[in-house]
Amino acid sequence: MASALINVPAKAKRGEIIEIKTLMSHIMETGYRHTAEGAVVPRDIITSFSCRYNGSEIFRAELFPASSANPFISFFTVAKESGKFEFEWIGDKGFTATASASITVE
Amino acid sequence: MKLVDTIVVAALLIAACPARAADIPPAERRSGYSFMAPDSQAMQNDDTTNPGMLWVLDGQKLWNSKVGAAAKACADCHQDVRVSMKGVAAQYPAFDRTRERPVNLEQRINLCRTQQQRATPLAYESRDLLALTALIARQSRGVPIETGAAPQLARFIASGRDLFMQRQGQLNLACSNCHDDNWDKRLAGAAITQGHPNGYPLYRLEWQSLGSLQRRLRACLTGIRAQPYDYGAPEMVELELYLMSRARGMSIEAPAVRP
Repeated sequence: MASALINVPAKAKRGEIIEIKTLMSHIMETGYRHTAEGAVVPRDIITSFSCRYNGSEIFRAELFPASSANPFISFFTVAKESGKFEFEWIGDKGFTATASASITVE
Repeated sequence: MKLVDTIVVAALLIAACPARAADIPPAERRSGYSFMAPDSQAMQNDDTTNPGMLWVLDGQKLWNSKVGAAAKACADCHQDVRVSMKGVAAQYPAFDRTRERPVNLEQRINLCRTQQQRATPLAYESRDLLALTALIARQSRGVPIETGAAPQLARFIASGRDLFMQRQGQLNLACSNCHDDNWDKRLAGAAITQGHPNGYPLYRLEWQSLGSLQRRLRACLTGIRAQPYDYGAPEMVELELYLMSRARGMSIEAPAVRP
């Protein structure tokens, strides 16, 4: 399982706007590069990222070859209730990775 | 691009003619961090935005996994990395009594692997070796560099210093021409830093990856059109040793972020 770094505030007030930061370990090979021998290095990127907050999807992104290696994705949401954020990355060559983080809303 | 670089380097050479050729006074030493844009500094400051921390996470998994014919994990001998490896990276390269030479952190890890774990050594710049090095170096963050204290190291530091001062390559430049004499200037838009190795292994945005000090040194050597020394070559370790002793007292930032 690839390493991921997730930053979700542990606590928030109800209705507060919170920032969620994710960093996923991935080479993001564009598919446009060649080896010294001239062979194409096959594309190997993350193609999709999504985040679910207590089961319902609140954020989704599609990724393309222009993204840097180890893509950093950050977004905002409103803290509505205590619970769990579930993150999923899907990519080429059958790549899948998941991570989760909890939040307490007061 | 290459041609532009050459012209800029040549122009810099001419500009540098009345060479100061003096060591940087301790009070004027600056980490590469201080030459960076605020955005890159912010990336390094936060462990959840610093991509180098991904290698640290990988390193933690490797630290606890049993490998080799001895089926031993690093943790079986060294237990908690946060305790046993605190300040260790700030002392490398260190003198190895059996080899009677300095060894760097990567070589030390591989010596442990071959002798204690009886496993195959990890290749330079492989993900696993970088991950273990990053994990160990991370435990020295904020610790002042102490490398070079052992008296047996003196002659190796001296030969590292000679290499640093020696002009080489088609551009006939020495490390010191940039990093001692012209560190307050820019080269093709990029800051010339003082060349202190206090953040390695570090995440270079240009590399899109973590890399070792030796990778950086090889890139510098290629830049001056010299034949780079092989990974792990004695010259490389001596250069590393000189650079670390030159930065003695500066804080470790590993894993740092650099442009």
